[in-house]
Amino acid sequence: MIRFEDVSVTYDGAAEPTVRGVDFEVPEGELVLLVGPSGAGKSTVLGAVSGLVPHFTGGTLRGRVTVAGRDTRTHKPRELADVVGTVGQDPLAHFVTDTVEDELAYGMESLGLAPDVMRRRVEETLDLLGLTGLRDRPIATLSGGQRQRVAIGSVLTPHPRVLVLDEPTSALDPAAAEEVLAVLQRLVHDVGTTVLLAEHRLERVIHYADRVVLLPAPGEPPVTGTPAEVMAVSPVHPPVVALGRLADWSPLPLTVRDARRRAAPLRERLSASAAAGTHATASAGAPGPVAQCAAPLQDAPAAAGGRTGTARRSLFRRRPAPAPETTRTPGAEVHALSVRRGRIDALRRIDLTVAPGETLALMGRNGAGKSTLLSCLVGLIAPSTGSVTVGGVTPHRTAPADLVRRVGLVPQEPRDLLYADTVAEECTAADRDAGAEPGTCRALVSRLLPGITDDTHPRDLSEGQCLALALAVVLTARPPLLLLDEPTRGLDYAAKARLVTVLRGLAAEGHAIVLATHDVELAAEIAHRVVLLAEGDVIADGPTAQIVVSSPSFAPQVTKILAPQQWLTVAEVREALA
Amino acid sequence: MSLGTAATRTTNPLLLALLIAASAYVVATHRTPTPAARAYAAFAKLAFAVLLVRMFFAIALGSPVPGTHILLTLPEVPLPHWAQGIRLGGKVTAEALVFAGYDGLRLATLLICVGAANALAGPARLLKSLPGALYETGVAVVVALTFAPHLIADVQRLRAARRLRGRPDRGVRGLLQVGLPVLEGALERSVALAAAMEARGYGRSAEVPARVRRTTAALTLGGLLGVCAGTYGLLTAEGGTYGVPLLLAGVAAALAGLRLGGRRSLRTRYRPDPWNARAWLVTGSGVAVAALLSLASARDPEALHPGVVPLVAPALPLWPAAAILLALLPAFAVPQAPKAPKAPKEPS
Repeated sequence: MIRFEDVSVTYDGAAEPTVRGVDFEVPEGELVLLVGPSGAGKSTVLGAVSGLVPHFTGGTLRGRVTVAGRDTRTHKPRELADVVGTVGQDPLAHFVTDTVEDELAYGMESLGLAPDVMRRRVEETLDLLGLTGLRDRPIATLSGGQRQRVAIGSVLTPHPRVLVLDEPTSALDPAAAEEVLAVLQRLVHDVGTTVLLAEHRLERVIHYADRVVLLPAPGEPPVTGTPAEVMAVSPVHPPVVALGRLADWSPLPLTVRDARRRAAPLRERLSASAAAGTHATASAGAPGPVAQCAAPLQDAPAAAGGRTGTARRSLFRRRPAPAPETTRTPGAEVHALSVRRGRIDALRRIDLTVAPGETLALMGRNGAGKSTLLSCLVGLIAPSTGSVTVGGVTPHRTAPADLVRRVGLVPQEPRDLLYADTVAEECTAADRDAGAEPGTCRALVSRLLPGITDDTHPRDLSEGQCLALALAVVLTARPPLLLLDEPTRGLDYAAKARLVTVLRGLAAEGHAIVLATHDVELAAEIAHRVVLLAEGDVIADGPTAQIVVSSPSFAPQVTKILAPQQWLTVAEVREALA
Repeated sequence: MSLGTAATRTTNPLLLALLIAASAYVVATHRTPTPAARAYAAFAKLAFAVLLVRMFFAIALGSPVPGTHILLTLPEVPLPHWAQGIRLGGKVTAEALVFAGYDGLRLATLLICVGAANALAGPARLLKSLPGALYETGVAVVVALTFAPHLIADVQRLRAARRLRGRPDRGVRGLLQVGLPVLEGALERSVALAAAMEARGYGRSAEVPARVRRTTAALTLGGLLGVCAGTYGLLTAEGGTYGVPLLLAGVAAALAGLRLGGRRSLRTRYRPDPWNARAWLVTGSGVAVAALLSLASARDPEALHPGVVPLVAPALPLWPAAAILLALLPAFAVPQAPKAPKAPKEPS
């Protein structure tokens, strides 16, 4: 269906080809997953299928790409529109009209289908994607998952034989992601559509894939094979694979179910070593934040009891009994906070305290009020009722220059924070804004992002590098409270691992960290406490282990595999086995 | 639009207020929750600002309307001789103020009517009524129109980001410094949109014989020329004889050209708005208001332009007022289902 014949793509002004030696074939009706680290050329390969590379982006394409027998060299993207449907990373950039129904019809209008055919297909697609209730809604009012479904629907209506998706679930909460993937699954099974998708969050998609194409590094030829074969060698892999590699399971399990069936011996080994490990930890002192949140729940009081008085000690004590007042002032205190935006109650009577050195994960559906809560903490939104206190001041009444020293937010789109033309200028500006010693920011950048030169333009940085630079800019003022909104969106596993290390270090230095995230694996790795929001209410608040274990959609894979034992991450398991 | 035309025919404040009320009622009952519909409030604010500015100029610069009721006297600023005829400060008379108020209100009503048309029809709906040959131009216009709301959203986001960096987020300087990133973002979005449209088959065209293409071009160009010449003829005094026929011929040729040109476009329309009796009624009511008011102004100019010298309280002329009430017809004629608001005021 899709055929790459020794394809290499070189963009204008680039010395090296972005992808080289791409040679594979996607047979009809298969779901093929494209994986690889950031910057390995996944988007370029996807663009080559729809013809946008090189017709729209410029650059030189060598070799041959054919889709349903049509050569993309001789066919422009618009002439491929009836066989290839493309959904880009940002569904909002994809929409041409402003209501759901018009959007679904747009592609067919362009192709010149008869009105009665269009009407029938729009109705079918609305049913297939479960969008019937939304047909008249303006697109601007939809949630992230709904937008993604509308975007998929809008390319489905012309009945393309190939569907190309770039990170369809990265911005979605776990439930919405399941929804989208279920739709893709149905298309492949019922309609026989060929699907090619790229995704960073492999734990969500790997078990749907028939085959995997791995781009190991920029400019390296891809490796193609069944998911199990490729995962055995892939530098990017989900936790279930990491656990499988750790336990030497062969063939590698790709789903939680497969892994659970193999996990009985591992569970036994773990329960044996966990008992021994507790004593070791208690006598050897705290080996680091990993082990602190790594201690399985039933052992936590014992482990914490063996430790000398740290900020986290009060945290562990808090869980069994309601908070005994700590002597240190809390990083942030939110009391009976309500926010109305338009006609919607974005937040309803929220009470929340964040202690210094504590990492708190805010989780919940898209639109549950996570970002609103962060905006309140940083003073971008004034509360309708209730109070917010951060470091002893009310954020929305404090001058920005004063506030940066108390609280810092890395927004969902970290690029918004960067204005300057080079990294060096950005750092100087950050020092000036924060009133810090010259060189403070640059030192932070060097720590977070080794190997970045002063004259790099911030727009040339990858997602992960951008995030690190924005984080450095925010940290220049040394705010005791650090807020992050969706920090792992678009990050590959390596970038995520670096972020985790950095955040753990900050928490150990006494920074309080609040992160709004959909990424359960990230929350499991670094958060001490999880707060679940739903429609503006706090529906659960407690230690990570307790909250995520009790929720099927928020449980990380390792927890699901090793239940009823309560393990959160592969690192914990590795530690316990060592 | 017709209401707007009606508004230019009168300065009677009572009638103008009635016009605004009529348009507001129709909008309130029939608007859709699209962003375009929210523009009505923005237009109303703009109209109010226009009114205030007009009053301010009348006070500060004086006005040519002679008056005897002096309200207050501002110190008059002597101006150099090259600025003769402009007066700064001086007497402010009630007559001048009322005159300015009427004038401002007329403009404000015009703006509000445009806003109402925008809120009810929406650029995307107008696009649906365009002939196929003009479709691509239409898309460009609509994309440009939706550019503004996105720009505003960008400015808000970047100002929030400035606040996060600890810089002042208010003031002119704050706004200027976000200018460049906002433009960059807008450009990136345009490119992304263009890529999406391209990938979805925008601009596919059918093969048409060269003869048809040439005829199309000739007809369209000739038609446009005819329209221009005809309009010129109509506007100049001596061209009255050939003006009208030339204009009509031009319009006909241009329409034929567009129709032929439409053959090249493969596009079909999904659920086009049916042009039924109701739509005629709606358009008709707008046209009727304009026509009746024009008639009334020709017949009885006194009632529609209440005098300011000497100062009299404006009376409400019965017939024109009744005519304006016709504009409420769409509010009742069209069912209030959320998805069927007909555009009550087509450009007329």
